[in-house]
Amino acid sequence: MNSSYEKIIKSARDLRWDIGGDFHEKIMESLYTDASRIADRAVTHPGDTPRFDLDRTIDRLVTSRIWGFPLMVLLLTAVFWLTISGANVPSGLLYSLLIDTVHPFLKSIFATLGIPWWIDGVLLDGAYLATAWVVAVMLPPMAIFFPLFTLLEDFGYLPRVAFNLDHIFRKAGAHGKQALSMTMGFGCNAAGVISTRIIDSPRERLIAIITNNFALCNGRWPTQILIATIFIGALAPAHLSGLISALAVVSIALLGVLLTFVVSWALSRTVLKGEVSTFNLELPPYRPPRILQTLYTSVIDRTLVVLWRAVIFALPAGVVLWVSANLLINGVSIAEYLVNFLNPFGLLLGLNGVILVAYIVAIPANEIVIPTILMLTVMVSGVTGVGEGSGVMFELESGLQTLELLTRGGWTLLTGINLMLFSLVHNPCSTTIYTIYKETGSIKWTTVASLLPVVMGIVIVFFTAQIWRLFTG
Amino acid sequence: MEKDLNKTNQVEISESQAQAGCASCPAHNAANLQKLGVDMENWDFVVALAGNPNTGKSTVFNALTGLHQHTGNWPGKTVTRAEGGFDYGENRYKLVDLPGTYSLLATSLDEEIARDFILFGQPDVTVVVVDAARLERNLNLVLQVLEITNRVVICLNLVDEAERHNISVDDRRLARDLGVPVVPTIARYDEGLEELLAAISEVASGKTQATPYHVKYTHPKLDQAVSKLVSQIKEAFPQVPNTRWVALRLLDGDERIIQAVEKGDLGELTYTVENLDGLGVDTVALKSGFRQ
Repeated sequence: MNSSYEKIIKSARDLRWDIGGDFHEKIMESLYTDASRIADRAVTHPGDTPRFDLDRTIDRLVTSRIWGFPLMVLLLTAVFWLTISGANVPSGLLYSLLIDTVHPFLKSIFATLGIPWWIDGVLLDGAYLATAWVVAVMLPPMAIFFPLFTLLEDFGYLPRVAFNLDHIFRKAGAHGKQALSMTMGFGCNAAGVISTRIIDSPRERLIAIITNNFALCNGRWPTQILIATIFIGALAPAHLSGLISALAVVSIALLGVLLTFVVSWALSRTVLKGEVSTFNLELPPYRPPRILQTLYTSVIDRTLVVLWRAVIFALPAGVVLWVSANLLINGVSIAEYLVNFLNPFGLLLGLNGVILVAYIVAIPANEIVIPTILMLTVMVSGVTGVGEGSGVMFELESGLQTLELLTRGGWTLLTGINLMLFSLVHNPCSTTIYTIYKETGSIKWTTVASLLPVVMGIVIVFFTAQIWRLFTG
Repeated sequence: MEKDLNKTNQVEISESQAQAGCASCPAHNAANLQKLGVDMENWDFVVALAGNPNTGKSTVFNALTGLHQHTGNWPGKTVTRAEGGFDYGENRYKLVDLPGTYSLLATSLDEEIARDFILFGQPDVTVVVVDAARLERNLNLVLQVLEITNRVVICLNLVDEAERHNISVDDRRLARDLGVPVVPTIARYDEGLEELLAAISEVASGKTQATPYHVKYTHPKLDQAVSKLVSQIKEAFPQVPNTRWVALRLLDGDERIIQAVEKGDLGELTYTVENLDGLGVDTVALKSGFRQ
């Protein structure tokens, strides 16, 4: 060690001793005194404060012990109900444009040009259809969900959510600010993991990073919404089905929050033991949201960015699926081999081989799980007369048709529920895993964060299936 | 007829004269703000945006660069540095949006990123965005920044919100007391940004020479101790700016600064703006965060 460095440290220590123990307090005191004196000279408070303080009234309501939680659930349900019921019509329009009109048109052009069937298959039935499907299914819900969520954020509601959840997180041995990083995770887990930087203790930050995956991200919302609509919404009368589906999705989201608490609690009692640190959470004033600007930024910056990512992953996935469904070994396609191989294990879990293969294909991006499942189901169950042939990711014209197809593929209500559960609790997507590695710089914790949810997911769906079969015989 | 022609000529002359006069006026330049987004090659000045959490730093950032850095009404939203550029007058500026921080006595990673940049990144101008409705608390940070640098502009933001709460702030008196320019703004609605740009360019070009207020420490022996340490630090780390502040931190027992001196990498904390690109700072700070 350099001696001049040592000298500095030593003389600092000596001088500190010489000055006396109240040095820090004195410095802070001088700072506060000066700040308050300067502020006093500049600030004037003419008149008295207004008799009715709107901010405080809203705060009393949304952070009240009795009403805080129900109001939160109510707001969340309203947002999803608007998303689900509002997205139907534009989704249908996009579908009929991109898949009913443009796809046959492109097919006919390729046919006129005399392009070989396999090029046509890879490009149009694989890459194009996969992309078109993702756009038709994801764009409308995102274009509704993101602006609504951003308006709530702009208004100042998120810190109140953190305030409501703070004491639960503390009981779980985690940092109260984890409520904020979890809320970010509802948009995107990678963003949620980065936002854990607001937590200063490394122990509590690791807990927040590992559990962020339990916040349902927007790549998984469409899966939840679709399965809830066709399996759970279909059980309810038509005029209630939108609301019931929304409630099912909210329940899954709340289950995710519950798992966040449970896993945080378990981690802080075992491998990540330590004190809970305290912090100040400032409740910002409510600000009237700027509607137009919010619409613009949430559509351009959030919706299109997320959609673009989905498209980038859907394109090659479409090609891979088409090839694996059309490349035959002994008359059986590669995809079918895989599905049949995983099927017994899938059935044991109350899922099936198709779903497991779809999750392997969708490791890069959760957004393409559902199209993959539908395509594989058609192929394996040998249902004819739907879609464009094997290896094509397609959308069906209505939820009912999808239900019919899936039932013929051997699906039950249990498969639907377990798919929703497994979609909530499985490994993070590749982007999130990479972000976790970058943030922690540790292979060990990245592995824990990636594998823990898969194992938990398998255990949860396994027990759900066993209990379900016990009761339904 | 001839008379008429003369008249038009005269008008033209006075118009061009007026234009020449305008070009030297800051208000004219303000209208010429060019938002450059992420295009920030060949900048002349680096401007840092600091301030308490949730005072509207990112909103100011977006308004000046034309970027859409995510803004949200909650403290702690910005956890990394965002960078963008703008053109104003004859100069190109690089703007750095820092995470919000209540003080420079950093405890968490986001606060550390902000502190390290103001302290060691040596921005040409540090704009401290201040919430007019919560002036006293915000001034704690302002006074700490003034300890480090005198190239400061105070952006007195959210004056509309303060007015709603019946609070009015005398910005001229504040500017006199602090010794640096103070510009009242409502960044959400683009109000006051032209004046802010003018103030930034005057501080950057050195037209405005500030004599910032320094906190009066009433503690005996302190001055003596500080000056003794300052001379030692200057000798061991000739490239470190703000030696007075480093001395105060050492006396206060700031672990991070002590460690930096011990390892001798206090000098390496003096980032040049070039190597601040990408994740440089973030990962350095992060790793030390996990090491602790």
